[in-house]
Amino acid sequence: MKTNLNSKEVILKAKNKIIQKIEKLGKPIKVMEFCGGHTHAIMRYGIDKLLKGYIEFIHGPGCPVCVASMDRIDLAIELAKIPNTIFTTYGDLLRVPGSYRKSLLDIRALGCDVRSLYSCLEAFDIALQNPNKNVVFFAIGFETTTPPTSVLLKKAKEHKLKNLFVVSNHVMTLPAIRYILNSGISHIDGIIGPGHVSVITGMKIYEEFDIPIVISGFEAFDILKAINMLLDQRIKGERKVENAYTRAVTEEGNKEAQKLIEETLMVRESFNWRGIGLLSKSALKINDDYEMFDAEKVFDVKLPASKEHPLCICPKVITGVSKPIDCKLFGNICTPENPIGSCMVSSEGACAAYYKYQEVELCM
Amino acid sequence: MYVKLSHGGGAKETRELIDKIFLKHLKNELLTNEDATILSLEGKVAITTDSFTVSPIFFKGGDIGKLSVAGIVNDLSVMGAKPLYMSMGFIIEEGLSFEELEKIVISIKEEASKTDIKLITADTKVVPKGFCDKIYINATGIGRVVKIGISSSNLKEGDVLIVSGPIGNHGAVIMAHRNDFDIDINSDCASLWEAIEPLLNEDIEIHAMRDLTRGGLASVVNEFAKSSKVEILLNEEDIPIEPSVRGFCEILGIEPYSLACEGTFIMAIPKNDVEKAFNILKSHKLTNSAKVVGEVIKEGKEGAYIKTLYGSTRYLEEAPGEMLPRIC
Repeated sequence: MKTNLNSKEVILKAKNKIIQKIEKLGKPIKVMEFCGGHTHAIMRYGIDKLLKGYIEFIHGPGCPVCVASMDRIDLAIELAKIPNTIFTTYGDLLRVPGSYRKSLLDIRALGCDVRSLYSCLEAFDIALQNPNKNVVFFAIGFETTTPPTSVLLKKAKEHKLKNLFVVSNHVMTLPAIRYILNSGISHIDGIIGPGHVSVITGMKIYEEFDIPIVISGFEAFDILKAINMLLDQRIKGERKVENAYTRAVTEEGNKEAQKLIEETLMVRESFNWRGIGLLSKSALKINDDYEMFDAEKVFDVKLPASKEHPLCICPKVITGVSKPIDCKLFGNICTPENPIGSCMVSSEGACAAYYKYQEVELCM
Repeated sequence: MYVKLSHGGGAKETRELIDKIFLKHLKNELLTNEDATILSLEGKVAITTDSFTVSPIFFKGGDIGKLSVAGIVNDLSVMGAKPLYMSMGFIIEEGLSFEELEKIVISIKEEASKTDIKLITADTKVVPKGFCDKIYINATGIGRVVKIGISSSNLKEGDVLIVSGPIGNHGAVIMAHRNDFDIDINSDCASLWEAIEPLLNEDIEIHAMRDLTRGGLASVVNEFAKSSKVEILLNEEDIPIEPSVRGFCEILGIEPYSLACEGTFIMAIPKNDVEKAFNILKSHKLTNSAKVVGEVIKEGKEGAYIKTLYGSTRYLEEAPGEMLPRIC
């Protein structure tokens, strides 16, 4: 019989191993999980509570909705407001409030045609079915969702579509990790490397970093395995890239997907990240061969001067400097039903994960 | 043939639509051409109403017709009432094919026959294209109360919560259909009266009972906690979920606890009655995978919690607003 790697027995055994190793090291360590999917999994499975006092999790900036700057949200809202437009994007983004507290869901209620997609290729079908309307796809995400956007652009070109436009907000993982490590804003002993992103990029790309990195999957067992491997590196004094997600991630990644990205997109000079600000060479825009589909070039929209809520600490949460519970708005004014900052919107955001999975002390 | 605006005009075409499709399948001695149906009812009566707007109208394991009958039957059943009669109002978008409409009407007939609930008054309206999504059905049900005292404000400390079967199937099926995912899951859509009736007849102190519809398990448990001012603790390990539903939720980043069911219920009963209840539940095909999922741990304060697989305890949060998938 196969062992269920996520069974209580296996998980508690892995936990005990971690505790033994921490005791050997003599002090708790700080681990940054870069990816929002990992933040969500850690909170959902209660791994942070299992390892309380041994491992402190620093939540990284790998939640694409959370790092979308206010001016990008405002851009989405203004594009969706253009008459005769069908605005499409991925689910979570619909809830993020823009500068004037209105989200895409709000403007949909006021009559704009805003649709949530699972696959960006649905935008292609919508454009075909609505030849008299402009269809805008607001592409968002790290390397995981970038190749599908490339496929959409190629398909649009092949079919000579005249009514499909794309906004590329695709961001890159490496510049963000570099920023976190070089700025020294938070002390980190090791990194749980992104899983889905690394499927595309491969694990080799992380070799430039002088810190223990272990790529992990998203199951409870995956994460504990990655932490165990990070601790082994700490004990031996090593600093290398290792793979705990071998069922999906390879050295070189998905070459085909990388080629698609190269053919359709190019690196932007700089891009505004929420919480980080302008970061050079950290995002992708549509290249000249596909510029006829670039909504940023085709549509001329005026954006309001973007403004953040003065008390929202999303920027600090995104960079691991603060925890969601340090925010005055957390849980009372800012909730998943009425999010103020982007970290409360996406289920990958640290604030939403804290809110949803906060520990209850029962007096029984 | 398809439904046209003229079928809603009230004249000859309307009568034709009613005769050829509705009366053909649903005729009974109480469904007449009069403006209202006259009934004699005795004792305590339960009444419920619900509108059905599901999209797509045909889904794996059911359709909007079956769903509206089951929805009404279940709402009456969980209140301890034997379903007797129902009314239905059909709002039809022009362009719906006669074939599809008839399929829905046949489903209504078949599902109603399982519980012997009778359609005793009905109405049809046809609206222009784009004014509704194919067909909406509003249904009202009337039942005779056979067991009193079942209420969501009646949970007591020490009560055990039992779920009648795997949760989330209907919600997963609908989300999969809407997004063209091919998954091997059927909606749990079913009329529960035949499974609930023996529980009502047995000497079991049923404090609360609810069918798990929109908002799923998380919504009902939160509502129980709020209405009864009690703290409820569920055990994640014990909640029945089919592996395919669990996998589907993992992929989309949604919680199975917030997914809708349409043929699954939860009840709260004292510990002493659990064995009696399980003797009945295990003997019926709709409830033979029922499980104890948690208990009322304290009275006096409201709270709905879940103990995770690995031992920590968190709030059982309801899904906020629309269910939107995570990005990656």
